[in-house]
Amino acid sequence: MNLARKLACVVVVSVCAVSLAANWLAPAGYARQFREAPNAPPSRQHLLGTDEIGRDRFARVLYGTRISLLLAPAAALVSTVLAALVGGLAGYLGGIWLRLARGFTDLFLSLPWLFLLITVRALLPLNVSPLVSVLITFLILGLLGWAASARVLSTSADALRNSDFVLQARASGLHGPRLFLIHVLPNLKPVLYAQFWISIPVFILSEANLGILGLGVAEPLPSWGSLLRELEGLISFREEPWRLVPLLLLIVVLTSFQTLLSSEEVPA
Amino acid sequence: MLPWKMLLWKIARHLGAIVALVLLGGLLSATLVRLAPGFDADERELDPALNAESVHALRQSRAGEHNILSFYTGYLRGAIHGDLGTSHALGQPVQSLLRERWPVTVRVAGVGLLLAWLLASTLAFTACLWRAPAFEILGISVSGAFLCIPAAVLALLSVILNAPGYLAIALIVFPKIYRYSRNLLAKAYALPHITAARARGLGEARILGCHVLPVAGPQMIALAGITVSIALGASIPVESLCGLPGIGQLAWQAALSRDLPLLVNLTVLVTLVTLLANSGADVMIYMLSPHDA
Repeated sequence: MNLARKLACVVVVSVCAVSLAANWLAPAGYARQFREAPNAPPSRQHLLGTDEIGRDRFARVLYGTRISLLLAPAAALVSTVLAALVGGLAGYLGGIWLRLARGFTDLFLSLPWLFLLITVRALLPLNVSPLVSVLITFLILGLLGWAASARVLSTSADALRNSDFVLQARASGLHGPRLFLIHVLPNLKPVLYAQFWISIPVFILSEANLGILGLGVAEPLPSWGSLLRELEGLISFREEPWRLVPLLLLIVVLTSFQTLLSSEEVPA
Repeated sequence: MLPWKMLLWKIARHLGAIVALVLLGGLLSATLVRLAPGFDADERELDPALNAESVHALRQSRAGEHNILSFYTGYLRGAIHGDLGTSHALGQPVQSLLRERWPVTVRVAGVGLLLAWLLASTLAFTACLWRAPAFEILGISVSGAFLCIPAAVLALLSVILNAPGYLAIALIVFPKIYRYSRNLLAKAYALPHITAARARGLGEARILGCHVLPVAGPQMIALAGITVSIALGASIPVESLCGLPGIGQLAWQAALSRDLPLLVNLTVLVTLVTLLANSGADVMIYMLSPHDA
């Protein structure tokens, strides 16, 4: 592990640990309003000041980071499982199934990602409780983000289907789901891991985009998307530079993910 | 088969695939629209000024949308005659909305795409030609930083800094082009026949034109097709947040107001443009090097 990768690992783990300790570090919570101090600058009581309705920005950043950093991997897990099922099985079965799966993934990939996201998000109710909005947002990411991974997995599984050891297993009488589960799926693990890790930063960015456009996590629950939405009212960087903290944190975390991914030998 | 016959066959195959995928995409989005919660609800029915007959007439006007297949065949029949339906939220014919908004998106996304390609290819070529580590690190850091900023934040920053919308699109697309094309060029420059050409004293311009571009060119053209889709996607946050009245802003407005008929049309349009761009790139690659393709 090189120095950059070690540093990136430390950053991601530290940010996760600090966000998990939000209950102790910011006991006031993300929704409590300090009505006597709206739009307050940073102080000892409010390390990053307060927002326009008097909520502690530091607490919101911690809780928002927790939501984005916990649920993006959960969405990545959903999309990876779906990709393994669709791509892996189609590649393993081959023939018409492989062609059908590729046609379906092509259809998914022919739409720009953000366009697909906002279209599907619009089909679901917008006036829902904050908790439901979090679930909808990350579930959509998980359910729609499998296509690219499935394409990669179908190619890998297709190659495995014709490999010597699978032919030998077939000749020994192993067929159907057992052959897939015992011999094909374990060999797809490296590709699955790679697709899982690649999906996390993509989903974090997508949630942020949805949040800024008002189609993400609903108030008062914070997420990186809803925190970045605050930038909309910013007139100049010099006036309130502390409002850029969520953006800087997002860039640092995503850069760390990028460093971790680029240093690793990701199989294609 | 003769090369021109092969080309015609390739174009016909692409057109067939485009028609099939667009029809399938439209049917899929119409199905999703039909299954979406609140599909049958209409806020106008809550108006106390309307009597029972008016409410009944409103419901009758939507009766054709209940069956997915009849909704879709009705939509297709209308589309063939130039009628794409009416936007629920904006109360205007979808066709006129698309006609008004499309040129804005073409201009903003087109200029942004052009700028992104200029910037990325200049940086990638310079990095590969100079092979200076400092330049390499600079290119990777700048593109990496832009990759980590959400597209909507770049759009917001362009509003704060009073920068034009196409610049935001250029900065969203640039890192993807730079990273991919730099890798392609680096691989092409590392080929043994290019080392041999250098050893024989061939000039850099000749090496680039005669030996590097023929190797990396086809994949760069394929990348150009893909970047059209990326720029279209980027136009949603950029147009919405910069107040540019294009297709991206229309999609955002349709999403916020759950204007489902408009969303179906936009889905079909964007799918069509993306597929045309990718197929165009594929046909161009074939025309440039029919033997390799």
